[in-house]
Amino acid sequence: MRLLLNGEDRQFDGVASIADLVAALGLDARKVAVERNLEIAPRSLYADTALADGDRIEIVTFIGGG
Amino acid sequence: MNAHVSPESAAPAAEAEETWTVAGRTFRSRLIVGTGKYKDYATNAAAARAAGAEIVTVAVRRVNLTDPNQPLLVDYVKPSEFTYLPNTAGCFTGEDAVRTLRLAREAGGWDLVKLEVLSDPKTLYPDMEETLRSLKLLVSDGFQVMVYCSDDPVYARKLEEAGAVAIMPLGAPIGSGLGIQNRVNLRIIVENAGVPVLVDAGVGTASDAAIGMELGCDAILMNTAIAEAKDPIRMAKAMKHAVIAGREAYLAGRMQKRLYADPSSPLGGLI
Repeated sequence: MRLLLNGEDRQFDGVASIADLVAALGLDARKVAVERNLEIAPRSLYADTALADGDRIEIVTFIGGG
Repeated sequence: MNAHVSPESAAPAAEAEETWTVAGRTFRSRLIVGTGKYKDYATNAAAARAAGAEIVTVAVRRVNLTDPNQPLLVDYVKPSEFTYLPNTAGCFTGEDAVRTLRLAREAGGWDLVKLEVLSDPKTLYPDMEETLRSLKLLVSDGFQVMVYCSDDPVYARKLEEAGAVAIMPLGAPIGSGLGIQNRVNLRIIVENAGVPVLVDAGVGTASDAAIGMELGCDAILMNTAIAEAKDPIRMAKAMKHAVIAGREAYLAGRMQKRLYADPSSPLGGLI
């Protein structure tokens, strides 16, 4: 499946849901937030949020700022 | 001058605990610190503790996908220890601000946020027209919005009318360390506001923070003044004391200024 992940074209295999993607990337789901096609993906629904070819995914976290 | 009172009568009354409240949340510390520009997150956390801060501002950015094991802010400046105030730094439109803060809300569940919509990169001055429009979008989306703004009393009033939970005028441009440039405007904003007023940006050293508090501001928000000090942890401590000193001086009520001297030692009874 092809995803536009944080602005980059990426290819993933065996990734069906946002939960799969977060795990495949080695991220801690408790420390990030995910947007799918400009819609917030609620953390409680990561396992149930299916991904589709061409989805635009943003994964963010908190960093230092003023 | 010395009235006949007992030596003990002027002892200070037991001090009621000094707090301030924004959007229904009550805090003891009147110093909010940023988390940008530190050499590492450990120093950042130590400085925030030395400042006695209860609230820290944070930014929302894409995760590092090439190295998911990079240190994360949340592991050092912990949300269990500090109230996170997510900002909209880097947003130039209301839509960007809403999108960013929705992600912040999902990442941590916070609805108390800092709105900043900047204009040109040289001054980082707030774009007030877009800031006001963004505020309205955020308020209708359920956010409690503390608003970084210019020191314009008219816009300050408009922001409050649009539902801002705090007005945060700059003392000087972000990161400039120039100190409070327009005390008159700041005081006018304080006198007319029904919500907390914070100096956000421009503080360079402890006396700048004290001046802001002496003008009657409810709190001070700073980042660079601490992060870029040679010893950030010591400066954080200095800022903590400055904010307390300024607040106490404001509450105490300063003496009147006079053009000429007024002797402190009585002239009567000279030998």
